[in-house]
Amino acid sequence: MTDEFLLRMEGISKHFPGVHALDNVDLEVRPGTVHALMGENGAGKSTLMKILIGMYSSDGGTITLEGKQVTIPDTRTGLGLGISMIHQELSPVPEMTVAENIWLGREPMGPMRLIDYKKMNADTQALFDRWEIAINPKAYMKDLSIAQTQMVEIAKAISFDSKIIIMDEPTSAITEREVDHLHRMIRELKADGKAIIYITHKMDEVFKIVDYVTVFRDGKLVGTYPAAELNRDKLIALMVGRELTNMFPKEDADIGDVILSVRNLNRGKLVRDVSFDLRRGEILGFAGLMGAGRTEVLETLFGIAKAESGEIHINGKKVTINQPKDAIDAGLALLTEDRKLTGIMGVLSVRDNMIMAALPKYSPNGILQRKRINDDCEDQRRKLATKTPSLDQLIQNLSGGNQQKVLISRWLLTLPDILMIDEPTRGIDVGAKSEIHRLMSMLAQQGKAIIMVSSEMPEVLGMSDRIIVMHDGQIGGIVERADATQEKIMELATGPDAAAA
Amino acid sequence: MTTETPVAARAFDLAGFIKKYAIIGILLLFIVLLAALTAGKFLQAQNLINVIRQVSAIGIIAIGMTFVIIARGIDLSVGSILAVAAVVGSSLAQLPTASNKMYAGLQLPAIVGILAGLAVGALLGLVNGSLVAGFHIAPFIATLGMMTAARGMALIYSGGRPLSTLDPAYNWVGQGDLGPIPVPIIIFALVAILAHLMLTRTRFGRHVFAYGGNEQAARVSGINVSRINLGIFTLTGLLAGLAGVMLSARIGSGNPQLGTGIELDAITAAVIGGTSFSGGIGTIWGTIVGALIIGIINNGLDLLNVSPFMQQVVKGAIIVIAIIIDERKNR
Repeated sequence: MTDEFLLRMEGISKHFPGVHALDNVDLEVRPGTVHALMGENGAGKSTLMKILIGMYSSDGGTITLEGKQVTIPDTRTGLGLGISMIHQELSPVPEMTVAENIWLGREPMGPMRLIDYKKMNADTQALFDRWEIAINPKAYMKDLSIAQTQMVEIAKAISFDSKIIIMDEPTSAITEREVDHLHRMIRELKADGKAIIYITHKMDEVFKIVDYVTVFRDGKLVGTYPAAELNRDKLIALMVGRELTNMFPKEDADIGDVILSVRNLNRGKLVRDVSFDLRRGEILGFAGLMGAGRTEVLETLFGIAKAESGEIHINGKKVTINQPKDAIDAGLALLTEDRKLTGIMGVLSVRDNMIMAALPKYSPNGILQRKRINDDCEDQRRKLATKTPSLDQLIQNLSGGNQQKVLISRWLLTLPDILMIDEPTRGIDVGAKSEIHRLMSMLAQQGKAIIMVSSEMPEVLGMSDRIIVMHDGQIGGIVERADATQEKIMELATGPDAAAA
Repeated sequence: MTTETPVAARAFDLAGFIKKYAIIGILLLFIVLLAALTAGKFLQAQNLINVIRQVSAIGIIAIGMTFVIIARGIDLSVGSILAVAAVVGSSLAQLPTASNKMYAGLQLPAIVGILAGLAVGALLGLVNGSLVAGFHIAPFIATLGMMTAARGMALIYSGGRPLSTLDPAYNWVGQGDLGPIPVPIIIFALVAILAHLMLTRTRFGRHVFAYGGNEQAARVSGINVSRINLGIFTLTGLLAGLAGVMLSARIGSGNPQLGTGIELDAITAAVIGGTSFSGGIGTIWGTIVGALIIGIINNGLDLLNVSPFMQQVVKGAIIVIAIIIDERKNR
C-alpha cells in the first residue's frame, strides 16, 4: 500500500523528570505541504520535533518515513534520513565563516583530506544565489546580524536537501522583509515536494502559508485540521481549551497599599517603557510568550542587568538598584527561572544554599552565627515541609520540588517585602506544585507582595490577582482577575500584528 | 503531602563516608608501607618531624591554593611571589657583616624583614586579584603573567645572587624550635587552624564556596564577586610571602630561585586532598593530608634511595591519579 503521508509519528510519548512532556501523540505529514504545530509554551511541539530529528529519544511510539518504520537514535541518522531542523535557539560558531558554518561536519575534502575551501565557498555562493540570499560566504558569523544569522541557519537546513525541514519559530528574530523572503522560499520548497513542519506562535503566518495545523496542549494531541477550515478564534480556542481543574487557586488576601511602583523602565529591546504598581498582599502575574521580556523585567528590577532608564519606588521612596545587593537591601527577592543555572549551588549543602542570600544578617562581624543559622534553616525546612535527610545534604541530591523549596527559603530568610518568582513550578511534580501555590497564597496573606512570571496558563489564571500580559518587551495589557480568560491573555500575548490578520 | 523521597535518604551513607575519608586511608597506607619498607626508620620521631617541617611551606601555600581552587580559580604565581618575599625579607634582615649586604649600614629588627616579606606577598596577590576582578582576566592567565614577572622582580631586586648572612632572629622563623617542635610546624599549624575557621565559620568563607559552586547564583544572591577575587588572591599572596620568609630563614639566605615549581606541589596537595577544580568543594584538613602525602612520598622515596629523576615520574603519576579520582567523584 502506498502511503499518502511522507511522515507518520504514532503514539509518541516522552517523560522528563516530573513532567509528562508528550503523551501518546500522533503526527502525519504529507509531502509538498506546510504543516504547522501550534500550542502554548510547553505544549510539546519542540519536544516532538527533537524526537523526530534524533536529539531526544522517545519513551514509546513509532516513526514511519515513506512507508518504512525507522529509528532515529541521533541527529546524524536524522539528517541521513532527510530530516533537518532550524532550531529556535541559534547556535552558530561565531569565530568561523558563513561557509564553514553551513558545511560544518561535512566539509568538502580535497587531496590529502584537506578541506577544500574553494569548493566550500563556491557551493555556499551557489546555494545563496539559488535562494537569493545576499550574504558573503566568507564573512564571519560574529559579524552578522541576528536576522542574517537566521537566514544562514535556514540556508544550512535547506542545503541538506532534506525531505522534511523543521522550522522552530524561524521568524521570531527577523524583519518583515525577511519573513516575506522566507515565505517565498517555503513556497518553492513546497513545490519541490518537500514537507515543511513549521512551529510558530504567529497567527497571521499560519493563515498565509500553512496547509495543515496540528494543535497540542499539555503534551497531548488536540487534533490536526486543514488550515482552510480554521480561523483565529477557533485556533485559539483549540490551543487553550482546557479545564481549570485540580488547580490550587489563590486564597483571598487583603490587598493593601502600593509597595512597588515602576515607571517607564527600559532596557534594550525586551524591556520597553514598562510601568506598573504592585500592592501588599497582591499576586501580580506576568504572562506572555517566550521571549516577550517578562524575565528581563525581573532581572532589571533586581539589578542583574542595569536599566537604561526608568524609576523604581518602594514604599513611596525612590530607590537606585545597580546590583542584586541593592535590591536585597531594598526588600526585593528574586527566585530565578533556571534553577540549575542561576539558582542552586549544586555541590553545596542545603543549609548553605538556604542561608546564602541572607548571610549578612547572620554574620554581623563576618563571623557566622551558626546556631541562629541552624535554627532558622530548620524552621524553614519545617514550615515548607522540605524533604531532605539533613541540612548537610548536598542540594543536588534533592528532587526539583524540594530544591525549589530550599530556594524559596533562601529568599524568605532575607525577609523581603516583595517576592519575585520566575516560573515558580517549572519542572516540578504536581504535589510539590500545589504546595508551592499554597505557600504563595500564605505569603500574600502575610502582606508580602508577589510578582509571578509563569508560562502556564492555569497557574497564571489561578494564582494572580491581576495579570500583566507582555508582548515584544512591552506591556500589551493588564487584565483583572475577574475578567481574565485564557483567550483574552492569548490574544494580548500574540500581539496587535496577529490581531490585524 | 507529596510522596517523593530524596535520593540519599539513608541513615548512614557508607559509600559517601568512604569517599569522604578515603584520603586518610591512603595516608595511613603510605605510612604503613614506608614503615615496612624502611624497617621502621620512617617512623622515627625525628624523621616524622622532618617530613612535616619540609612540608610546611608547601602546606601553607596549598592552603591559599585551596581557597582559590574552591572558587574555581588557580594561582600559578605563588612560587615567584614566594621568591620576591624571600629576597625582600632577607635584604632587610642581612647582618652588617654580610659580604653582599644590599643596604649598607642598615640594621633593622628582624620583624621588619618578616613583615616586609608578608606585605610584598600580599601586595602582589592583590595585583592578581585586581587583574581578575577588575579586568575579568582568567585567573590562569593573570597569574601566569605574574609568575613570570614576579620571578623577574626577584632576580632584579637581588641582582641574581642569594642574599645571605641573615639576622639569627630572622632565621629563627625557619630554623628555631619552641620546645621540641620546630617553628615552621607551629606556623603551619596556626595557619591551618585560622584558614579552617575562615573557610567554615566566616561569611567570606561561605561566599568563596558559593562563588565556586555557582557564580551566577552567587551574584543573584547579592554576593560581591569582585571582592571575593580580591580576597582570595591577596590571601594566597600573603601566604606565599609567609612561605618565602620561612624558606629563606630556613636556609639562611634569600635566593631568587626559591619556590620554583612549588605551585604545582601546592595544587597537587589541594587536589589530592579533595578540592575540586569544578569549584565549590574543598577542605583545609584535606589539603593538609594532601601535603603530608606529598611530603611522605618525597621522604620515603629518598629513604628508599629512589633517584630524583624517578621521583618526578612517581609524583606526576600521583597527580594524574588524584585528578582522575576527582573527576569520578563529580560524576
